[in-house]
Amino acid sequence: MATSKAASTAKKAPPRRSRKSKTATPVLYDATFDELLEFHRQMLLIRRFEERAGQMYGMGLIGGFCHLYIGQEAVVVGLQTAMQEGDAVITGYRDHGHMLACGIDPKVVMAELTGRAAGISRGKGGSMHMFSVEHGFYGGHGIVAAQVPLGTGLAFSMKYQDKPNVALTYFGDGAANQGQVYESLNMAELWSLPVLFVIENNQYAMGTSVNRASSEDQLYRRGESFRVPGKQVNGMDVLEVRAAGEAAMKDAREGGGPSILEMKTYRYRGHSMSDPAKYRTKDEVKEMRETSDPIDQNATRLLETGKITEDQIKDLDKEIRAIVQEAATFAQESPEPALEELYTDILVEA
Amino acid sequence: MAIDLQMPAMSPTMEEGTLAKWLVKEGDSVSSGDILAEIETDKATMEMEAVDEGTIAKILVAEGTESVAVGTVIAVLAEEGESAEDAAAKGGSTIVDAPASDAPLPQSSPFAGFYVPCSLSPVLGEGREGGSSAATPEIPAGTNLVTMTVREALRDAMAEEMRADERVFVMGEEVAEYQGAYKVTQGLLDEFGDKRVVDTPITEHGFAGLGVGAAMGGLRPIVEFMTFNFAMQAIDHIINSAAKTNYMSGGQMRCPIVFRGPNGAASRVAAQHSQNYASWYGHVPGLKVVAPYSADDAKGLLKSAIRSEDPIIFLDNELLYGRSFGVPEMDDFTVPIGKARVVREGTDVTLVAYSIAVGIALEAADTLAEQGISAEVIDLRTIRPLDRATVLQSLAKTNRLVSVEEGWPQFSVSSEIMAICMEEGFDDLDAPVLRVCDEDVPLPYAENLEKLALIDADCVVKAALKVCYRD
Repeated sequence: MATSKAASTAKKAPPRRSRKSKTATPVLYDATFDELLEFHRQMLLIRRFEERAGQMYGMGLIGGFCHLYIGQEAVVVGLQTAMQEGDAVITGYRDHGHMLACGIDPKVVMAELTGRAAGISRGKGGSMHMFSVEHGFYGGHGIVAAQVPLGTGLAFSMKYQDKPNVALTYFGDGAANQGQVYESLNMAELWSLPVLFVIENNQYAMGTSVNRASSEDQLYRRGESFRVPGKQVNGMDVLEVRAAGEAAMKDAREGGGPSILEMKTYRYRGHSMSDPAKYRTKDEVKEMRETSDPIDQNATRLLETGKITEDQIKDLDKEIRAIVQEAATFAQESPEPALEELYTDILVEA
Repeated sequence: MAIDLQMPAMSPTMEEGTLAKWLVKEGDSVSSGDILAEIETDKATMEMEAVDEGTIAKILVAEGTESVAVGTVIAVLAEEGESAEDAAAKGGSTIVDAPASDAPLPQSSPFAGFYVPCSLSPVLGEGREGGSSAATPEIPAGTNLVTMTVREALRDAMAEEMRADERVFVMGEEVAEYQGAYKVTQGLLDEFGDKRVVDTPITEHGFAGLGVGAAMGGLRPIVEFMTFNFAMQAIDHIINSAAKTNYMSGGQMRCPIVFRGPNGAASRVAAQHSQNYASWYGHVPGLKVVAPYSADDAKGLLKSAIRSEDPIIFLDNELLYGRSFGVPEMDDFTVPIGKARVVREGTDVTLVAYSIAVGIALEAADTLAEQGISAEVIDLRTIRPLDRATVLQSLAKTNRLVSVEEGWPQFSVSSEIMAICMEEGFDDLDAPVLRVCDEDVPLPYAENLEKLALIDADCVVKAALKVCYRD
């Protein structure tokens, strides 16, 4: 029973652009020396933080599930160094790296992992459930793929409020098979929302390799039915990630709608701390570490500039280790939450 | 400084394990990421990696040792520039125990262990103060009442809040151009345009999640489900994303969203389209659940729901949409969430109901009056938080109570009402609390069977007579 006025305000069908997915020739971001150094610093911080988290898990200081980001550092650093004020980040449960790349203090992240009052969720969230409204980090979500419609909703709120921002919505190759991802792709393209879907394809959904779970294992093509263009990117190279991310974000900011970046990456550790990773060979992991490590690649580039020595890179590592050590000490010395915390934050208006 | 290498926990539950094999020996230098040893747990064999760089100064636990407790120092690592001997001598535990919270343990309630674990819980111990009366304090005396349907009242509530707050928008299937599958959003597209009245694809899981994300991003979405039966596709986002995030974020991430749509049995639409979700959502901390009966409550509660900082489940009822009630003519009429309403005062028995069952309880009260029994009827209006005080005050007056609910009996809102009366009103009870609920079967299609399965006033009268020992 639409009135004529209603009909006139009806949403017009989106323009039928050519939205083909592609495997383009890789483009490398033209980084300055300072930028290369900053990428290095951030990737190293994530690496050392995660190694320490793994160790503290082993010491029983971190409980529950703990999913480490080791190996995938170039993805968040390449993308999040291209973010602008007001952009949003949302991801699944492998979230420590995303938080550090948002500029969140490693101390409060580590203190959340140990379940202490000083943790970013006051000890009530844990590894998989952390948030920082201040830093535009919208979680930290424990249900596989739940963050995909949520990120699409963040993009909806940006468009609604006429903000020139992008919602970086990360999910894994496992989540890419969830139905809600496709519901989100459909609405994101239908309403031309500024969302960048980042598939972190680390090649294993827990213990199941991509090609054992996906009829189309070229995940960048997963948006084709919805006219959402996709691109495959070497997620082990921070410069390739940065170049692809910047272009996709620029497009989204300018009203170009959503797109997919499939980041081909690799996690060195098991799915979670309690995964013995028997589904792949040691040689496979070893080869990735030796030939494709994002931090080693970046170190080589740094040295090639001739503006830094190997010793200076080593000093940087020591500096990062000290920051991580400080976070670890803070996380162990902070008190547990007060017992009254059990009943706070259930409702805003109790 | 020497670094202790400790027996690691490889899973949340591991307490000890077997040190199956050392992959390094004393004197080996290692760097982070190198595999040091293989640890066998009851589930799997795991590799232990080095975190720090250095030289293995001493191995303290030999390979093949079983039942090594988590945290045992199994080797000592010498850091760069440190001699292995010094390191081996200096090795000592670096684990710092969690400092215990200074706060005293919660005091136990007299009934600890039976229901509520401790008296810190905000649920118990509210007392019986603060109950509502039949005079509905939200409406000033002398206010003019306008007769309107529940459908119109809901529409007006949304329109008023959308006028007052740019952040409020409504989305759902057929809410805009079609003017609402049940015409609840009629006229909203004309007034507010397609930016704020958004037709979605048929994709409940997706648009519920999108709505929650929009709320996290600073908007105030009203997400309409064509019926709550379809919200089962979306229930993960309602519970895991909307209800829990404020808690899990330590109060940082709010989710001010209203999920609304018709709930409960309609008419001859059979099992998949006829279900009452009040107790499902009423079960979940972090949600508020509202289920009004009359048009004035529908309007006042929906306005409060849209303004709330918390996620709200707002349960309409299709059979009530067309019923008319007096709605106060006020500029800004709201009804507080969490307050029940005594819709009919009485002295002999209390009938507790919500949504469409309130009408059935009122009808039963008329019949009971003819038989000389004075029934008090309470409309809960909000399912969570439940207004225990009003229920208990009424019970203290009548000493007999029947819970009336258009829904299944097991684990229902009625079950909760009965539990409250037993735990907190035991001394006031002159008879067991009874519940009148739908039959415990999927709702059948055949007219005669459907009628048999649903509650009616006769059942309520029978139950009331029973608790009054008049049957």
